[in-house]
Amino acid sequence: MLQIADKNFTSRLFTGTGKFSSSQVMREALLASESELVTVALKRVDVEDEQDDILQHLNHTHIHLLPNTSGVRNAKEAVFAAQLSREALETNWVKLEIHPDPKYLLPDPIETLKAAEELVKLGFVVMPYIHADPVLCKRLEEVGTQCVMPLGAPIGSNKGLKTQDFLEIIIDQSNVPVIVDAGIGAPSHAAYAMELGADAVLVNTAIAVSQNPVEMAKAFKMAVAAGRMAFEAKLAPVVHKKAAASSPLTSFLN
Amino acid sequence: MSSFKNVFDTYNWEETLQSIFSKTEDDVLRALSNAKRDLEDFKALISPAAKPYLEEMAQLSRQLTKKRFGNTIQMYSPMYLSNECQNICTYCGFSMTNKIPRRTLTDAEILKEVAYIKSKGYDHILLVTGEANKIVGVDYINNALKLIRAQFSNITIEVQPLLQDEYELLIDNGLYAVLVYQETYHREEYKKHHPKGKKSNFDFRLDTPDRLGKAGIHKIGLGALFGLEDWRADSFFTALHLKYLQKTYWKTKYSISFPRLRPHSGGLEPKVEMTDPDLVQLICAFRLLDEDVELSMSTRESEVFRNNIVNLGITSISAESKTNPGGYAVAPESLEQFEISDERPTEEITAMLKGNGLDVVWKDWTNNWE
Repeated sequence: MLQIADKNFTSRLFTGTGKFSSSQVMREALLASESELVTVALKRVDVEDEQDDILQHLNHTHIHLLPNTSGVRNAKEAVFAAQLSREALETNWVKLEIHPDPKYLLPDPIETLKAAEELVKLGFVVMPYIHADPVLCKRLEEVGTQCVMPLGAPIGSNKGLKTQDFLEIIIDQSNVPVIVDAGIGAPSHAAYAMELGADAVLVNTAIAVSQNPVEMAKAFKMAVAAGRMAFEAKLAPVVHKKAAASSPLTSFLN
Repeated sequence: MSSFKNVFDTYNWEETLQSIFSKTEDDVLRALSNAKRDLEDFKALISPAAKPYLEEMAQLSRQLTKKRFGNTIQMYSPMYLSNECQNICTYCGFSMTNKIPRRTLTDAEILKEVAYIKSKGYDHILLVTGEANKIVGVDYINNALKLIRAQFSNITIEVQPLLQDEYELLIDNGLYAVLVYQETYHREEYKKHHPKGKKSNFDFRLDTPDRLGKAGIHKIGLGALFGLEDWRADSFFTALHLKYLQKTYWKTKYSISFPRLRPHSGGLEPKVEMTDPDLVQLICAFRLLDEDVELSMSTRESEVFRNNIVNLGITSISAESKTNPGGYAVAPESLEQFEISDERPTEEITAMLKGNGLDVVWKDWTNNWE
């Protein structure tokens, strides 16, 4: 079972709340996905309003809210946003997203590391969205983030695991859960990430923008479970091409 | 403070051994085929079930080594500074109770030895001592580093385990790497072979690489002395140690050495013999487990063995080594720590390496950046 901070997760599919055609569709899809961790952009909710439409629709015992700092441009703004969300949403979990670039929404590694260090000191469970940068992942782990969330491809691109080589290094080195975030466009991408040993994936656009978000949410649920099961069962060997021993290396032992 | 001991304490020697011996041919085939190999694969590769696949392992090991290290091999030379020792180690010529003349090199003697080693072309050096903290403490080692720093690009030590701040001091004065072998990971056997002296503290030695990692050392060398206990289990624990350290101290490089007690050499007879094919199997298994780890070979092994093993995964090698303080130039006739097997001069070894298509690397570091 996946554990992050003090929480255990049955489902390794994390989801988001953006881009759905309505809050009702979002709720149906998220419930169908059986996702237990759902990220919501602070900038999209009115934390003062108890009747906020998105928050209302996320109100369910299975769903644990993960506020994200999308929209902030630097560490200072991110720390402020996180404190605001802790007060308003009564959770010390935060998905740290700092993308000064509004076009591709690519994360700023320097500001992210700075903010992560400070937020950990302030008692937050920090889940940082970052490039698939193995060194940055180790640096974040060292300052105490509870997981790392490297991207598979540019956010919203649905291109899959374009950063596979780096994700494999990160998975290999990490002492905290690795959650592949951004770029996963199809259930097969999600299954593949799980087969590689990712601890979880976060999927939003691929579900929200599908012609049938509820069915797609179910498909992702099954794909993530299947990929994880395959990882744990260990894949059968790829047919091995026998190394040609033109000049034997061990004949001196005879 | 978390350390390898926390990981190590969750394992049991007998269960580990049983798990290695229960590996099947299927496990070996899977381990050979996997693109990435874990410690279970490593167990399979060192198990008796892998014996029929030795040639295949060797071919793979050679390919992976060439991919990562190219057609090169690093040369280094050991230099013994002192044979003073307050430990009793059943297998060692320097053991406290052995009645041998004791010598600790003076500054002038160190420089005389250095001149000889330099004349052979060496630029990476390994300084070795026994454990005698009053005579050969951290101050002595630090002095030696300062003395020779300008003459070597890369300095490694193999001395008594030290404290983190002591390592930090030595690193400031040009220390690159530390070799610290656990000898055996079998706690009770360890006690038998180290009945007296600071070395009898198993846990302090076990956590030495952690102190090195925290001190920010560039490289840590691990190993077990094969023959004290079952080589397969000891190798598994060495691999476990390696994997733990790599994840924890990710800025540090690692190397593995493969010293083994040889039967009928006058010293301690091995309890569990490790044959030549066993040692080849182990070296290849380490390469298959880890493409990046340095694998080192000393002059303990025979000429034939060394001529062949340089093609199979080894990445650094010594030659013409003397294991007595002053052995090169100061007092060539004094008693050695252990008898070396391959006594060929450096020139002959480098010719052999070149004949194997390997570029002999003398310098692969610069120690005056910091």
